[in-house]
Amino acid sequence: MEARTALGALRLDMKVQIEEGEVVALLGPNGAGKTTLLRTIAGLVPIQSGHVELDGEMLEEPATGRYVPTEQRSIGFVFQDYLLFPHLSVLDNVAFGLRARGAGRAEAGRRAMEWIDRVGLENRGGSKPAELSGGERQRVALARALAPDPRVLLLDEPLAALDATTRVAVRRDLKMHLASFSGVRLLVTHDPLEAATVADRLIVMEEGKHVQTGTPVEVTEHPRSRYVADLVGVNLYRGHADHGSVRMPGGQVLAAAGAEAGEVFAVIHPRAVSVHRAKPEGSPRNVWHGRAHGVELYGDRARVMIEGEAPIVAEVTPAALAELKLADGGDVWLSFKATDVSVYPA
Amino acid sequence: MRRERAPIWIAILAASGAAFFVVPLVGLVVKAPWGDALQSLTSTETLEALKLSLIASLSATAVSLVLGVPLAWIYARIDFPGRTVLRALTTLPMVLPPVVGGIALLLAFGRRGLVGTLLDTTFGITLPFTTAGVVFAETFVAMPFLVLTVEAGLRSMDRRYEDAARTLGARRWTVFTRVTLPLIAPSLFAGAVLCWARALGEFGATITFAGNFPGVTQTMPLAVYLLLETNPEGSFILSLLLLLVSLAVLVGLRHRWLGSA
Repeated sequence: MEARTALGALRLDMKVQIEEGEVVALLGPNGAGKTTLLRTIAGLVPIQSGHVELDGEMLEEPATGRYVPTEQRSIGFVFQDYLLFPHLSVLDNVAFGLRARGAGRAEAGRRAMEWIDRVGLENRGGSKPAELSGGERQRVALARALAPDPRVLLLDEPLAALDATTRVAVRRDLKMHLASFSGVRLLVTHDPLEAATVADRLIVMEEGKHVQTGTPVEVTEHPRSRYVADLVGVNLYRGHADHGSVRMPGGQVLAAAGAEAGEVFAVIHPRAVSVHRAKPEGSPRNVWHGRAHGVELYGDRARVMIEGEAPIVAEVTPAALAELKLADGGDVWLSFKATDVSVYPA
Repeated sequence: MRRERAPIWIAILAASGAAFFVVPLVGLVVKAPWGDALQSLTSTETLEALKLSLIASLSATAVSLVLGVPLAWIYARIDFPGRTVLRALTTLPMVLPPVVGGIALLLAFGRRGLVGTLLDTTFGITLPFTTAGVVFAETFVAMPFLVLTVEAGLRSMDRRYEDAARTLGARRWTVFTRVTLPLIAPSLFAGAVLCWARALGEFGATITFAGNFPGVTQTMPLAVYLLLETNPEGSFILSLLLLLVSLAVLVGLRHRWLGSA
């Protein structure tokens, strides 16, 4: 699909291609247009130019005036807060799509019941959505979307409405159910862990535009935007490489062992950065001066935010944190090896 | 909540305001000739009026539902030129003196009215001074209550449920009947009850457009007014009956109007 549309302040301009059988996660910060993109695929938001195509069938193409209404698209949609019909029982919710597509009451009920069994809610068919837990609602939403046997499954932040404890279990189940569905699966999330666990491929978008595509490993190892770098928790710089060094727009020069020539991204893991109160002596090729201005706990380590010519985050042990009194802020020196800077073309 | 003592003047004025409503109601209950109640209630005239009132007000509510819900849907969902003006016109009967409404109905649907002539000569239908005329007058006055309540319900509902239904393959009519209507059921119910109560109490437009023929167009309020001259005690009892009905409506809607506190 290729979609261009404007909605208020958001301008969406995306080209997405998903292969049969693929699980793709659309990752991006709030307001990036992820949900809007899902809604355009479902036909709930019209596109202004471009096209939406499924299995060779043109669903929408403003240039030719073609528009297949939402109800005629073979799409299952799991909404962020599930939107289970509050006046219908679990069984009737799951049977809704089957009934709407013409199945008789008995047939729809039987097939809905199979789906309810499949998501492990055998005894909850008669319950109203309000009586279910968050995790159960998520499973009903999934069963409801899958029951009419769509060719595309769209999931909008399927785990966002759950608390942290339930999320782990539901994520595992979701992965299993997604694996058992053979069509195209596109999932929207702002949680990198969710994206990495569930998806074969990530598409990162920001401000309505495509930023990066790749497997979870590719994306996390070679982030191409500040957003992904922050998610993964690494320092990301962009600059011009010149055999062994990278010159950043601010003038700062980074010694980087692998740097060749051209525009590059450089990534430094916070673990590779050491912090000192006095100017370090010895071998590290990169020695920067800056001011510590904040500390965050990160697992059993602490991350120190350092401001200088280029901002950087360093990871230290709690012992070092106390010894260097980093929580108080003030002037620091930091150093890292040229071999700890990973460089790749921008 | 903070405990607060009311200033004396506010307390006195507020008490007078409350008394203004309570005293007449108490008067009705105390002065009603309870001994004759049964006889008054079971007289042929009363029973006829009661039956007519129920039939006409329920029919008016049914007509209001059939026509008013689509109207409310259009107002809530479709943006078209002149919507504001049209909505104002269809809301007007709520504030219009009912007698004026009755005269307007006569001029439109009366035997020599704008549309009435056509109805009379082409279809042989005359509305004024018939039971159908009563339903017409009551619908005219009461439907706006339903339209406004249902429109508010439609505006405040979460439309993403309709999106969800569409992604499940539901056509627009299915979405409307299986998702939209059930979700606005409380507004629908409240609107219908308000509409019915207004229709039941209708006097001015009814007597102007449909007249006052016992058994044909004489509804309860009309009967009460007429009895006041011939048999005041009887009218007291009927008034009491209408009061009870109104009270029941209010209690039924208490969650909406009186708060659940």
